[in-house]
Amino acid sequence: MTEPEQGAVVLWLSSRYENIELVQAALGHVCRLRGIDGEMEHWIGMALREAVANAIRHGNRLDPQKRVLVSFGGDGDVLELTVGDEGDGFDPGRISDPLAPENQMKTSGRGIFYIRTFMDEVSFSRGEKGGTILTMKKDLKTRIAGKGEQ
Amino acid sequence: MGKDFGIRMNGDVKVIELKGKITIGSGDLKMRETIHQALGDGTKKILIDMAGVSTIDSSGVGELVGCYTTATHKGAKLKLMNLPNKIQDVLTVTQLITVFDVYSSEAEAVASFG
Repeated sequence: MTEPEQGAVVLWLSSRYENIELVQAALGHVCRLRGIDGEMEHWIGMALREAVANAIRHGNRLDPQKRVLVSFGGDGDVLELTVGDEGDGFDPGRISDPLAPENQMKTSGRGIFYIRTFMDEVSFSRGEKGGTILTMKKDLKTRIAGKGEQ
Repeated sequence: MGKDFGIRMNGDVKVIELKGKITIGSGDLKMRETIHQALGDGTKKILIDMAGVSTIDSSGVGELVGCYTTATHKGAKLKLMNLPNKIQDVLTVTQLITVFDVYSSEAEAVASFG
């Protein structure tokens, strides 16, 4: 995996679903430090939970010996979150559209859609030592229009 | 894990009161187990009360979709009520809000089963 930037808050976790709660708690801490309100924290948290769940399930295939990296960085008006796994890699071009009629009633395949919906920039890359690195950015100046703000 | 959802009858409608997080490795499988148990008991009218749900993720949404499909295949009806705004938003962005019958009051929901 690529080493995180200096100064970022970094977690290295074993691939267990219960660690998602630890990530959520860390996000809460970072949001308080950065002055991010509860509404925005909720939607960022949803994207982050999806990313970590994907890393555990699809990246590391639930192998607790493999680690998940979560990094909280960025500065000023941008929060940058990085989630890395130690899996075999991932082709984002193969993601199906959960809004397509043939996919609407499928029981899986919505996680990355939610990440892209709730964050402003999302990119995938290969780690230096393999695995997938998901980088998500949130512009803290914006509000998430139409989500819980009627 | 280990959370118990409330289950009660309103006439011939089984009301399942979800609570907490319906997320991967937490409430998602418990929800499926509870709904499947109701379907296995022969229940044909199931109303899911979402008022106590704080968070749902794609895994929870997927399980909900799966339960809806299973209910339909068994000739049962599964409907939702009391969606918190954030839960409604999660279903709206994936256009699933149009799949489920959603009600804001129990009386209205129960009456809709006929």
